[in-house]
Amino acid sequence: MADKIYRVNMSNLSFKIEEVPASWMGLGGRGLTSTIVAEEVDPECHPLGPNNKLVFAPGLLSGTSASNSGRNSCGAKSPLTGGIKESNVGGTSAAIMAKLGVKALIIEGLPKDAETFYQLHVTKDRVEFILVPELIGLDNYAVLEAMAAKYDKKVAVMSIGRIGEMRMNIANISVKDPGGKLRSHGRGGLGAVMGSKKIKCITVDAESYKEVTIENPDKFKEASKIFTKTLQENPISGQGLPAFGTNVLVNILNEAGGLPTHNFREGNWEHAEKICGETMAENIKARGGKTTHGCHAGCVIQCSQVYNDKDGNYLTSGFEYETIWALGAHLGIQDLDLIAKMDGLMDDLGVDSIETSVMLGLAVDAGILAYGDGARAYELLSHEIPTGTPLGRILGAGTHILGKAYGLVRVPTVKGQGIPAYEPRAVKGQGITYATTPMGADHTAGYAVATNILNSGGHIDPLKKEGQVELARNLQIASAAVDSTGMCIFVAFAALDDAKCLPSLIDMINARFGCALTIDDVMNLGKNILKKEHEFNIKAGFGKADDRLPEFMKYETLPPHNVTWDFTGEEIDAFWNF
Amino acid sequence: MRIVVKLFAHYREGRFKVQEGDFPLGTKAADIIASLELEKTSPLGVLMVNGKHVSPDYSLREADEIALFPKIGGG
Ligand code: SF4
Repeated sequence: MADKIYRVNMSNLSFKIEEVPASWMGLGGRGLTSTIVAEEVDPECHPLGPNNKLVFAPGLLSGTSASNSGRNSCGAKSPLTGGIKESNVGGTSAAIMAKLGVKALIIEGLPKDAETFYQLHVTKDRVEFILVPELIGLDNYAVLEAMAAKYDKKVAVMSIGRIGEMRMNIANISVKDPGGKLRSHGRGGLGAVMGSKKIKCITVDAESYKEVTIENPDKFKEASKIFTKTLQENPISGQGLPAFGTNVLVNILNEAGGLPTHNFREGNWEHAEKICGETMAENIKARGGKTTHGCHAGCVIQCSQVYNDKDGNYLTSGFEYETIWALGAHLGIQDLDLIAKMDGLMDDLGVDSIETSVMLGLAVDAGILAYGDGARAYELLSHEIPTGTPLGRILGAGTHILGKAYGLVRVPTVKGQGIPAYEPRAVKGQGITYATTPMGADHTAGYAVATNILNSGGHIDPLKKEGQVELARNLQIASAAVDSTGMCIFVAFAALDDAKCLPSLIDMINARFGCALTIDDVMNLGKNILKKEHEFNIKAGFGKADDRLPEFMKYETLPPHNVTWDFTGEEIDAFWNF
Repeated sequence: MRIVVKLFAHYREGRFKVQEGDFPLGTKAADIIASLELEKTSPLGVLMVNGKHVSPDYSLREADEIALFPKIGGG
């Protein structure tokens, strides 16, 4: 059973199921979404207009039994950055699409009637267009409930809330996880693109799929065993991430002077201990949540968690360092439970918890709320933004536009996207990734924190310039490749430190498709993806000046190490010499 | 000399978060790691003194703050 391309046209509500072109055959995940966007989307188009396309593609290994392979990529031209975007997610959609034989779902066009919203229901042989007036104005959990009442409970759901309907830049696309909670295609405003196409939700049939075909099952099993072992034996993926989640990073970044505080004014926060991973883990133990939890079925790392309030009631899951940092050190909220409540609300509303929280921190500089005023932050999030008041619309446009609307200079964005959680002046390799990645400031694009701060893959001094461009380049190439496999990016820790990890990953791809890729082939794939994305951005109007960090980082010194962003333009541009 | 020792993640279990102590001149970071038997819990990941990464043979000085982390990660 060969995989197919499912192509949907919202202008005339039609669909086609196409053969996979030979040149797309070896691609999956980000490699495929970025290739399709680069080949089929006019880089000059309006992201919310009829010529943008929204593309979903499970990774090459999604749907198989390979550990951590359940990530789904979503791509489009981003309304937030104006450039190409790929954002990947756990949840159940990748495996279900892959098992149904959907190599990619491409959504084109816009319906003529601006008042309607549709549900797309994807089954093996068709895509149904269902008018859903009853879902308009609802947020994600209500949509999940409505779909659970209609289909088998395993049905995959991707949906938007009110904020996506209003096409705000902070809107994400939310995806049901195995526990009926939500994960998100977070960054870049992809929920606004879905809203522009008048799609409230996409469901994928989970009843009639077959298991994916594996060309060489014995080899696959063998490689998969080794791969899983490397993840379990690695102290980071085997112990650290399951015990403390990604929020273990609060203390280490704080200690290194790289925890951006009060809108990137300092590198330490005196209250870090109140929101750190260790405190979070203690609360979870005392209150009966879960420290380990997977965002999709095959995850053996389980960095996610279930976080309850003092009375044991669910507040949130998938409670990540970047969100906790942004609402904590950046915006000043010291109450971890309130941060959790806001995180849970952001899931339901369907907004990027990084962009939204970075934006709320900037709203302090705009004079909209005081530093640390959690009650007002909650009100902005729960009322102003989702009801679409004029202030809510300005906030919902994201960090960059809020900065412009209020005449601010210290605006932490690159290519229009909010900078997450790692101070570029004090973690310089990460700064190079923020400057150069085609995605706009995105930490996962090339996680130099690993080698600058965490001593994974060796150590490069975070405060010095030497070696950072090369580090960011190598990591971005590797990440582009990993993002194409369907693997969660946290397999990278084992890949950086265990020589058996990457070869076993490639062996699984070879066994799945009956091919003979080498490590070099996979790295070349990564390079090609990055170049394609970069070219798209250049055609969309980006230049070297867009590969820069906010200017204030050049002339404001950051305590405690009193560092500035001291790379020249030429040094940054050398990133693209490959 | 007075040294502040800070422990994180798994290293805190059965030990402490922060402790100030008196150490003889010439104490190296490695001596503190050994005396606390940290690597019985988990291999050393990151060692910082006064917010900067150093190696275990670093010789501590009066009023240094040493921070010790097992192998941890996130992103
Ligand atoms: S490690 Fe975390 S992000 Fe990765 S697949 Fe598991 S739960 Fe999801």
